[in-house]
Amino acid sequence: MDVVADFFRTLNATTGWNFSIFHDAFDARRFWSAFWVTVQLAGISVLFSVIIGIAGAFVQSMRFAPLRWLINGYIAFFRNTPPLVQMYFFFFALGAITPTARDDIGMDVPIVSSFVWALVALSFFAGAFNVEIFRSGIEAIPRATVEAAESLGYSKLKAYIFIILPLAFRICLPSLNNNLVNLIKTTTLAYAIGVPEMLYVANQIWSDTLNVVEMMNVLLILYIGLVSLLVWMMHRWEKAMRMPGYGA
Amino acid sequence: MTAPLIRIRDLTKSFGITPVLRGVSFDVNKGEAIGIIGPSGSGKSTILRCINALVPFDSGSIHVGEVDVGAPNLDRIALRRRVGMVFQQYNLFPHRTALQNVMMAPVQVLKQNKAEVEVRARALMRKVRLEGKEGAFPGELSGGQQQRVAIARSLCMQPEVMLFDEVTAALDPETVKEVLVTIRELAEEGMTCLIVTHEMAFARDVADHVYFTDSGIIVEHGDPKTLFSAPTHERTKAFLERVL
Repeated sequence: MDVVADFFRTLNATTGWNFSIFHDAFDARRFWSAFWVTVQLAGISVLFSVIIGIAGAFVQSMRFAPLRWLINGYIAFFRNTPPLVQMYFFFFALGAITPTARDDIGMDVPIVSSFVWALVALSFFAGAFNVEIFRSGIEAIPRATVEAAESLGYSKLKAYIFIILPLAFRICLPSLNNNLVNLIKTTTLAYAIGVPEMLYVANQIWSDTLNVVEMMNVLLILYIGLVSLLVWMMHRWEKAMRMPGYGA
Repeated sequence: MTAPLIRIRDLTKSFGITPVLRGVSFDVNKGEAIGIIGPSGSGKSTILRCINALVPFDSGSIHVGEVDVGAPNLDRIALRRRVGMVFQQYNLFPHRTALQNVMMAPVQVLKQNKAEVEVRARALMRKVRLEGKEGAFPGELSGGQQQRVAIARSLCMQPEVMLFDEVTAALDPETVKEVLVTIRELAEEGMTCLIVTHEMAFARDVADHVYFTDSGIIVEHGDPKTLFSAPTHERTKAFLERVL
C-alpha cells in the first residue's frame, strides 16, 4: 500500500498530477466508501429492476385487464419521464410525506434515506424497460411450445417459471444487458439528491484538492471497469445458458 | 362391455364465423387405435385439441373416463395427466436435454420422486430407440429423433390415451418410418391411441377403426380394410383417389 502511496506522492511532486485518493488518507477513505455506495446502488437496483421486469411481464400476460392497465400505466409513466425528474419526485415529493424520526441530537430526519429513494427510483426506472424487454422475449416464444407445456399439465404459473421465463431470458438477454449497462451509468443521477456516491464525492474531492482532471479520469476508468464487469458476467451467463444447436 | 374411455357427443366448434366441427360423435374404447383421416381443414386436429382442453368447444360433450371436459370447473391437470399429446412440430423445450424434457413434467407438475422418474425416463428413451441421446439438446437431434423424444415425454406422464396430431407431417420421408414404428409398437402394446394422420398406409395398418372427416362432420367410418378398399360415400372415394 505504501509503495502505491509513495508512487503517487512522487508523481504529484514531480509532475503536479495529484491523484489524492491514492496518497491522502482522508480523500482515500471518502472516495472508496463512495465507490462502495455506487456498487451497492448499482447491484441492488439491477436486482430489483430485473425482479420488477419478471413480475411485470407475468402480470401483463394475465387475462385480468385492470392489472394489465396498471402495468401499462407504470411503464408509460417511467418511460416517458426523465430519470432525474423521477429522482426528484421520489425524494422531494414522496420524501416530504413519509414519516420522520427524531435522532440523537433532536433533529427530524426522514426514515427513508436519500440512498433508499435513489434505489427505488432507479429500480422502477430500469424495471419499466425490463418489463418491455421480457415481454419481447415472451412473445418470441412459439405458441406451440406453450401449448406443449399446457398439454403436459403445466399451470400458467408453472409454465411461466419452468419454460416461458427460461426461454424468454435467453432470447432477451442482449437487450437486458443494454438496459442494465444504462442503469449502472444512471446511478450517477443519485448525485442530485445528495447520495454520497462516486460522482458526488469526486466532486467534493476536486473542489477541495483542485484535481478536477485527475478525478475525471479516475471516474471514467472506474465506470468502464464496473460496466465491463457487468458485461463480462452477463456474457458468461449467456454462454452458460446457451442452447446447443438452437438457432445457431 | 365396459364404458368407453372417451365419449364424444354432438361436438361443435367454430373459429369466429367459420364452423370447424358440426356435430361429431364417437366413442373410443380402452386399448383401441383410432385413425382419423380427411382433407386439411376438415377438423381432425380440432377434435384432438378439444379432447385435452387446449381449445374450448361450443356445444356437445366430451368425457374422458369420468372427467367431463366441458365442465366449467374442469381440473385440467387431472385431464392432461390421463391424456398425452404429441404435436406436428414436436415442441420440445429447447433449453433442456432430451432426458430432461422427458422428466420435467412428472417432476415439476406431478411432484413425483426425481430418481424414480429418471429410471422411467431412461427406460422410455430406450423404448423409442434413443439410448445414448439422453444428454443431447433438441437442437442437436433430427426431426424424427425429436419427435420420438416428444412421444417419450408424453408417455412419462403415464397417460391412458395418446393423441397424435399429424406427428409425421413435418418430417422427411426417411425419418417418418422410425416415428411410425414407435407409434405402432405403442398401439400393439394396448395403448389407446387417436391418430390424426395423412399417412394412409399407416392408418390402414395400425388403426382398429378409421374415421373419415370432411367439413366438420364424420362422413364415414369403419374398419380400415373396408373403408380403404370399398368406401361407400362419394366424398371418401374422391379423397382416397386423390391421396392414394
